[in-house]
Formats: sequence, structure tokens, C-alpha cells
Amino acid sequence: MPARNALEALTLRPTVFLRSSWPWRSLAYLASGALLGAATILAVVGMLVAGVLLSIVVIGFAGYLATVLSGIAVGRLERRRLRLVDVDELPDPHRPPPRAGLRAWLLVRLREQATWRELGYTMMSAALFCWMDALVVGGVIYEVLTTFGAPVYMQDEGAGSRWALFLAGIPLTVVLAWPVTAWAGARAAMARAILAPRAHDADEKLIEVTRSRARLVDAFEVERRRIERDLHDGAQQRLVALSMQLGLARLELPPGSPSAESVAEAHDLARQALTDIRELIRGVHPKVLTDRGLPAAAGEVASTAPLPVELDFTLPGRLPSAVEVTAYFVIVEALTNVAKHSGATRAWISGTVTASRLVVEIRDDGRGGADPAAGTGLVGLADRVAVVDGTVALASPPGGPTVLRVELPVTEVSA
Amino acid sequence: MSGLRVVIAEDGVIVREGVAGMLRRFGHEVVAAVGDADELRAAVREHRPDVVVTDVRMPPGFSDEGLQAAIELRAADPELPVLVLSQYVEQTYATELLDSGGAPAGVGYLLKDRIGEVTEFVDALAAVAAGRTVVDPEVVRQLLSRRRDPLHRLTAREREVLGLMAEGRSNAAIARALVVSEAAVAKHINSLLTKLDLPPDADDHRRVRAVLAYLRG
Repeated sequence: MPARNALEALTLRPTVFLRSSWPWRSLAYLASGALLGAATILAVVGMLVAGVLLSIVVIGFAGYLATVLSGIAVGRLERRRLRLVDVDELPDPHRPPPRAGLRAWLLVRLREQATWRELGYTMMSAALFCWMDALVVGGVIYEVLTTFGAPVYMQDEGAGSRWALFLAGIPLTVVLAWPVTAWAGARAAMARAILAPRAHDADEKLIEVTRSRARLVDAFEVERRRIERDLHDGAQQRLVALSMQLGLARLELPPGSPSAESVAEAHDLARQALTDIRELIRGVHPKVLTDRGLPAAAGEVASTAPLPVELDFTLPGRLPSAVEVTAYFVIVEALTNVAKHSGATRAWISGTVTASRLVVEIRDDGRGGADPAAGTGLVGLADRVAVVDGTVALASPPGGPTVLRVELPVTEVSA
Repeated sequence: MSGLRVVIAEDGVIVREGVAGMLRRFGHEVVAAVGDADELRAAVREHRPDVVVTDVRMPPGFSDEGLQAAIELRAADPELPVLVLSQYVEQTYATELLDSGGAPAGVGYLLKDRIGEVTEFVDALAAVAAGRTVVDPEVVRQLLSRRRDPLHRLTAREREVLGLMAEGRSNAAIARALVVSEAAVAKHINSLLTKLDLPPDADDHRRVRAVLAYLRG
């Protein structure tokens, strides 16, 4: 079981530990820590002084800002340095800025908790840790010099005591490997604790992911609207005109003639094509939803359902379009399921907004026993709802009734 | 009924010109053919047409500007007959339109596809101009399927008659459609109005409204 970091190395058998690179790596870690600390102190003091001196002009602010951001640079160096005494790499806690450019980068960084943790670490490091590193490294150097250097500098002592000190240096130095490694390990553990990404940072990443998914849904919706417009302005217009021309042609032709029959057939085909394209367009994007909102759109869905559907909506106003669209497709899918599988004779749809959540319930008096795993419809629904951070609950005991309950967070309501 | 002065509002050039040509062919006069709601309002102010034919969806917003303009025009002048053409059966729009303006003038809500049924379309336009209510069979079909409960008391034939009534057809037209005598139609109508607790009303127009109001629940 090889050691993964300095603290684990301490538990190795002394022979293994002393032959390993851990003591040397620890020493290197502490030495670089002391140097980095010194550099940080100089830089921060320099920037703060510059900030104070220049605070009469605006540039002074940049000095303070640079001080704050110095933590980021230090944090990055520290994470890299940690590899000296730790096999496990520390991931970067920072999120990538959404756009290129300094301003976007600054805004993201200043809002991140990680930036401020790194600044805190930098300050602690400059105030305390780097001094201790220096003390430990200095102690090691002092011990090595005083013992092994004894034969050189203790000219006025006897040769016996000089060489005795020299020989005593060997076990002393060997023993020093443990406190050096221990301090390096402790120091690395502290660095890791402060500089590692937290759940909070991960949450932000998750929110970012969710947001981008939501953006994708919005983009998809815009695209659907565009397709709907194109179909309506193009194909549908032409079909209407075609159907009209055929209708006029039929008026001209003597009834019963072969040409009248074929034109009548063409007219029928045009009519069917029109019906098809109408249904297609409705499926692509429900226009009434955009124009009138969820209750109206739900009414349209209900009116095309093969069973009576009662509606009960009490909404404070128009909801965000992503929420409306999601709720709409939930209702479409749910009513399709009711009609297909439940054997119900009636269905009820209700929608209310409570505690900034839209709650939509679809009930039916069918036979129940709906299984989310059986059909892809419900799974697809759950996916759609998850994107806008909502939840789906289904209660469908054998014998019914089936209740599908969907909750969607609503951030803003427009009257 | 011929020689109506018509204003057409439709943003699609092909359909607009097609409808204009068709109406001229039937001896009507297209006094203006316009492409958006503002032009429609201006054209109605200028020409005082006998009847307006308008698309629901028009520039600039491509939402329901045409319908809104129609409702406004009827609010300003309840005597103005308006026939609205819609891409889809949207009951919401149909309802808003039917509730607009007063009773004296005709109002129609048809699917755009019906333009292809040339004769029916021209007849519907004439009916609206004459102050009657015309509703697309598709809308009626949906309304009927929605209100199934109280309707089960009706016989199959009475339901057929109710559907045709809701479309705004006269007794004579219903009789033709079902191939029965007008007397038989009148009998069915009385019986179904009684069953649905609707006032027996001789006036076609008010009767259609009552039936539609009933169906919309």
C-alpha cells in the first residue's frame, strides 16, 4: 500500500520511509512555500501601498482589486505545488467565464466563493504559514550546518567533540525527516481543505448546467416557432390557394365529366393535405399558447380529447414561456395517455400557483395501474419537467383513479 | 344576395389575391385587399364595407392582430358583419369573436381551409353579411364532443340537427343537409331545445347564439 500523501508516508515503515522521496519532497514543498509566501507578502504589500498611494485616482482601486485577485494566482500555484506532497490532484474550483473578455472573467471570479477562500488562504499563508515553513526549513538547515559543519567551524574545540557532533548529526538529521514531513503533510492538508472545490462550487456548476439546458429548451422553442411560421406562411398558404383554385375549376367543369371527377379527387387530396398540415403545425407549436397562455391552450387540448375534460385553472397571469410550454406538453401527453390506456370516461385538469410553484394535476376515473416504466411517454415527460427544475408525481393504484401531479417552479408572473 | 362590398385582410399574397379573384367571380366587389391590421382598420373606416373577411394572424406580431382588429371594429360598429378565417380550430378565438359586438350584425368563424369549398365559402360570406352567425363545423364538432353529458339525452338525429344549428345553418339548409322535410327539422329543433332547457326562439341568429353559448358551457 504505497503512501498517497505526506501524512500517509509517516505511517510507512521507517526503513521504507527514509528511502522514499517523501522527506525530500516535503522539504522542497516547505522551501517553495516559504519562498512563495515571501513573494506574496512583497506583492501584496506592494499592491496595497500602490492602492493607498493611488487611491486619489481611480487606478488605486485596481490595486485593491489586484490584491483580491492575487489569491487566484496563489491558489493556482498552491494547487500545483501540492503535487509535491500529494498524489491526488486538486481540481480547479473556478467556473469558466461565460464569455471571453476581462469583464466577464472578473464578474464570474468576484462572485465565486472560491476566489474569496483563496484570498483568505493567501492572507493566512502570508501571515502565518510561510513563516512556519521558513522556520522548519531554517531549523533543518541550522541543524545540518551545526552538526555536519562542526568539523569545519569548531576549530577551537577538540577533534573528538567535533567529530562526535558530526556523528550525532546523522541520527538527528534522519529523525528530522519525520517532523518535516509531518508539518508538510499538515500544511498540505490545510491547503487542500481550503482550496479544494466545495459542494457549493459544484452546485454552481450544476446550476450552470441546468441553466444551459433550460437555454437549450428555450432555443428549441424559438426554433419550433420559426418552423411553425415557415409552414404557415409557405406550405399552408399554397395549399389553401391550390384548394381554392381546384374548387373554382370544379365549378367550371360539367358535372359528371371525367375531368370533373379527377379534379374532384385532386380537391379531396388538397383538403386532406390541408388537414394534415394543420395538425402538424399544431403539434410543432401551439399558437394559442403563445397568444393566450396556459388555460386557453389547455382548453384547446381538452376540446380535441376524445373524452370530456373539465378544466379548473386559477393562475395569477402569464407564466414564463418555458414553464407554460412544459406544462402544456405535460397536459398533451397526459391526456393522450388517459385516452389511450386508462379507459376513463372523464378527466379533470387543474392548475394553480402556490408558493411560486405551478401545480398542474391531471386526474381521470380510469382503471389505474399506470406504470411509468412501461411507456416512454411518462419518462419523456419527467425529462421535460426536470429541465425546468420541476417534479412529476404519479399515483395510479389498480382500479384508479390516476392522478398525475406536476410541479414547476415559477420565478416571475406577468399580468 | 350578390354585389357585396368586401374588405379582405390577409397577409399571404397568394391567398389574398385568390380570395379577391374568387369573390369578384361571384359578382362581389372587393373594395380593399390589405395585408395588416392597421390597414384593415383604415380600409373599413374609408370604405364602410358590407362585410369584412380577415385572417386571424397578421403582421406586425403574427399573433392574433386580425382577430383583435375584428373585435375592435365590431365594438366600434356592432352593425359590421365580420368573417374571420383561422388556420386552426381555436375555440378561444371563436369564443372571443362570438362574444364581441352586438347581436344585430353577423359574425363568422371559419377555418381557412374552407376557402377551398368555394360555394360554401361564398354562401357563408353572404350569410354573415345578412346578419347571421356562421361557425365552422370543426369548431362545432369539438364543442359537441366536449359537452357529452347532457347531450346523451338527445337522439342521434337531434344531435346532428344541433350540430348543424350551431354552425349557423337555417332550417331549410339543415333540411337539405339531412335530406328531410323542413317540418321534421322544426320538430327536432323544438324537441332538442326543450331537452336542453333552451328558449325556443324563432330568430335564427339568437338561436345560434343560444346553442353556442350552451355548448361552450
